[in-house]
Amino acid sequence: MAVDAAHDTRAMAPTRILAAIKDALGAALLALGLAVPVLALRTEQNMSNELILQPRWGYVAVAVVLAFLARLGYLLAPALPKRERARPLPRGFGRALSVGLLVLLLAYPVLALAITGKAGAIKWIDNFGIQILIYIMLGWGLNIVVGLAGLLDLGYVAFYAVGAYAYALLATSDPVKAFMADWIGPGFWPAWAFWICLPVAGLMAAFWGILLGFPVLRLRGDYLAIVTLAFGEIIRLVLINWVPVTNGYAGISSIPRPSFFGLPFNASDQGFAAFFGLEFTPLYRTIFLFYTIVCLALLTNWVTLRLRRLPLGRAWEALREDEIACRSLGINTTNTKLTAFAIGAGFGGFAGSFFAARQGFISPESFTFMESAVVLSIVVMGGMGSQLGVAIAAFVMIGGTEILRELDWLKQVFGADFEPTQYRMLLFGLGMVLLMIWKPRGLVSFRAPSIFLRERRMVRAEAVREGRG
Amino acid sequence: MEYFLQQLINGVTLGSIYGLIAIGYTMVFGIIGMVNFAHGDVFMLSTFIALIFLLALTQVLGFGSLALALLVVLLLGMLLTSLWAWAIERLAYRPLRGSFRLAPLISAIGMSIFLSNLVQVTQGPRNKPVPSVLGGVIALTGGEVYAVTLSYKQIMIVVVTVVLLAAFWYVVQRTSLGRAQRACEQDRKMAALLGVDVDRTISLTFVIGAALAAVAGLLFMIYYGVVNFADGFVPGVKAFTAAVLGGIGSLPGAVLGGLLIGLIETLWSAYFSIDYKDVATFLILAITLVFMPSGLLGKPDVEKV
Amino acid sequence: MVGLAPMPLLSVEHLTMRFGGLIAIDDLSFVANKGEITAIIGPNGAGKTTVFNCITGFYKPTGGRVVLSLGGAAMPADVMALTGSGRRFRNTAAGTVFLLERMPDHEIAAGARVARTFQNIRLFSGMTVLENLIVAQHNALMSASGWTVLGLLGAKRYVAAEAAAVERATFWLDKVALIDRADDPAGDLPYGAQRRLEIARAMCTEPQLLCLDEPAAGLNPRESAELTQFLKSIQAEHGTSILLIEHDMSVVMEISDHVVVLEYGQKISDGTPEHIRTDPKVVAAYLGVEDEEVEKVEAEIAT
Repeated sequence: MAVDAAHDTRAMAPTRILAAIKDALGAALLALGLAVPVLALRTEQNMSNELILQPRWGYVAVAVVLAFLARLGYLLAPALPKRERARPLPRGFGRALSVGLLVLLLAYPVLALAITGKAGAIKWIDNFGIQILIYIMLGWGLNIVVGLAGLLDLGYVAFYAVGAYAYALLATSDPVKAFMADWIGPGFWPAWAFWICLPVAGLMAAFWGILLGFPVLRLRGDYLAIVTLAFGEIIRLVLINWVPVTNGYAGISSIPRPSFFGLPFNASDQGFAAFFGLEFTPLYRTIFLFYTIVCLALLTNWVTLRLRRLPLGRAWEALREDEIACRSLGINTTNTKLTAFAIGAGFGGFAGSFFAARQGFISPESFTFMESAVVLSIVVMGGMGSQLGVAIAAFVMIGGTEILRELDWLKQVFGADFEPTQYRMLLFGLGMVLLMIWKPRGLVSFRAPSIFLRERRMVRAEAVREGRG
Repeated sequence: MEYFLQQLINGVTLGSIYGLIAIGYTMVFGIIGMVNFAHGDVFMLSTFIALIFLLALTQVLGFGSLALALLVVLLLGMLLTSLWAWAIERLAYRPLRGSFRLAPLISAIGMSIFLSNLVQVTQGPRNKPVPSVLGGVIALTGGEVYAVTLSYKQIMIVVVTVVLLAAFWYVVQRTSLGRAQRACEQDRKMAALLGVDVDRTISLTFVIGAALAAVAGLLFMIYYGVVNFADGFVPGVKAFTAAVLGGIGSLPGAVLGGLLIGLIETLWSAYFSIDYKDVATFLILAITLVFMPSGLLGKPDVEKV
Repeated sequence: MVGLAPMPLLSVEHLTMRFGGLIAIDDLSFVANKGEITAIIGPNGAGKTTVFNCITGFYKPTGGRVVLSLGGAAMPADVMALTGSGRRFRNTAAGTVFLLERMPDHEIAAGARVARTFQNIRLFSGMTVLENLIVAQHNALMSASGWTVLGLLGAKRYVAAEAAAVERATFWLDKVALIDRADDPAGDLPYGAQRRLEIARAMCTEPQLLCLDEPAAGLNPRESAELTQFLKSIQAEHGTSILLIEHDMSVVMEISDHVVVLEYGQKISDGTPEHIRTDPKVVAAYLGVEDEEVEKVEAEIAT
């Protein structure tokens, strides 16, 4: 590429600085143009409920100056050393990292308790730990469909929702409660509902995946994407409108929480705390939920890693590479796609039923397209169908947004009117764009072969196809 | 019968708006194979731009003539919305242009989230009522039970749409820009080798798409009388659905798809239920694609064996 | 094959392929015998790859019949019965008869044991060389893994099957001299090696009929000679029948037992290499004719 004056990395010649300033002024002008409509004038309703405009030229000035400085900085910063062909990480690095992270994960509740005490621990274990783990599990589920098989699914939230509502409806269903009470005994169902319904919900989601996949999987690439998106929306709309069954916007509440294998997590004498002679605190349920989702996620991970080494997983990856070549080798690609879809859906259903159990209440608001988009972003940012990559991406993205809730200290800087939570999603969107520009193929840029003759050599990102669906 | 006619009019009006937005989706997809998820939010942005400038002109600057004000608002809106689209393409999509299909998609989703939250933060989350413009209807048939009316707004929407489409068709078919665009759609590398400025052509594609969306935004704002930061997603998805239904990459397809979606939505709400109108729309899309995988007017994507 | 009567393996009968108004293949009939190498040649645009696509199920022929007999030769009565019944294959005393024009592509590969390579190499470039060959043995491994369930549980049956698959892959890697690159991504191989790998991958499916679409394209003379030896060894050691599209006449003449010549979708000659080498129709199709000789050649061709 021709070296223009602004990018000339030779000494800080005055021409270079001048050119950079001109360019930055252009950026500032652009920022002005972009800011004028929505930033400069705010529409507000006055006393008579009419719309008036409030000028906010201060913000515009800030934006313009920021744009100028950012562009100037970008142009004048010492050129980043050209990224050499990334040296493959030392052998076993991925393994060591995974083991290390696993240990950290298992010890996490203890650490949280030690560092933040009982009050803080609930927040950190639940909003942070459990939330991230749910998304990791969703990411691992969608990874099978998008990362391994290369099918672009934009409606993954549908399976999440099916799992959640299946569990919720089964667990709160009076006929089922009555039946169980008659058959086995009262108290059985509230205690064991979660463990029984969990696999059932997963199976229902998988079944729905097959049902959906059948007509839809012959569509290629972006058509598949839009149809899956459409079905995700259909599910949400049905959940909202089919009030007799799903209760519409009000959602389903009083969903039985998981018990410790029969011992409910409450303050009663039959409760978990009483049984073990401990003082009651809601922390126990939170910790139990944490380890439950850890187990579920690890199960998802184990199954996926095993499947990758089995003919089915290899067929998925081959499908992503070249579908026509697969067919010429005798592989029934329709069935292969269906299994990817169904298994991915099943894991989504598991995550959904766990979500319902943890919340105790679900409503259609939790199952919007945004969820599908976030999970897809996690998978793409993970890169190469890598399980570790997906986990890290989920941690960064979800952890990042949760941390952004902790920005209250910024109030001291910007004044009491400043509401940091509003900026959470703004920064989230911006973060997504920047992350993609930085790492278009995702955080992990190597693919590990599923079988090797002499030594396991990683495949570079550029060689691996993305899949045409 | 009168009721049906009214719904027909309403549906065509709605469909015109969808069609204008759908063209943006289909053009961008045709030229770089990317679904511009942020397009719906650019449309939403344009509704706010139109509102703000309308208020500025009528309240602050005291424009007397409404027609003139609307014209100025239209031009300014198209200009600024195009600027946004140009900036988005330049900053969020161009660095990712290449064979990686998913990266620009995720970037677009991020952009969409950014835009809707930007408007939410800067303008507030509540619905913004639009000062009433162009009231008045023409009664078409004075039936006793039901009078079919054609409002001035509706006439304006359809007329503007038709004029723009004609102009647009002319640009695509007859001008060198249109030729360059079609060349880039077919084979980008070859077009570049033959001297077509691919970057500029792609930027212009985004700009034109955004300009049309801006027109749709102004029309939407006038027609519905209320704007909200969340208005990007649903019309965006529906317009994208329209583009796919008509065959993505095909301009007449986008318009046809838009009209169909508008009609389906209006007729379904009128005769069956409002709640499930979107379900009907999406189901019809899914069924159409199952039987016609490339959409109504689309070209089948045949891979050479 | 001296002394043994040639037994038809693949019988293409009145094959027609129309794309809208364009007739790509026009009433083509030929027979490929078991254990032989049959070459399909012709100028560009003659429809050779289209014939392949019809035989291997990637296109559905507009008309005609493609009969494949595994085991023994198909009795005409069996073929008639199968055609009338509307089914795709039929088990007979001698073996199985397939009507390929009724079968989808993956079934032709898996059931009728027809493997193919492509004009534009289609390897799994993001997977290693070894992985490519293991994927080729997918169906055998799938059933050994009990449709994945047994495999998930680590059953011995699957472990043994995978080891056998690796052995077969190693055998073929040795044959094409790629054993040292077994763990490299397939996309990293040089062009000639990729072509060899594609053929090795096809052979890992243990086909009865191997269809090669321009295997020598882009190869230099030394590589072409190696390819020729390779194909001959496949024919001799494994008894695989080969159907070959090729432009490189040295390869065609060297190894073919039978050559079919196409031009504009029609068969203009059919016979041994020596026969077609001297056939004036073939010469005219490939090389054209001097202006003065046009009438003479046209008269000759008309006979």
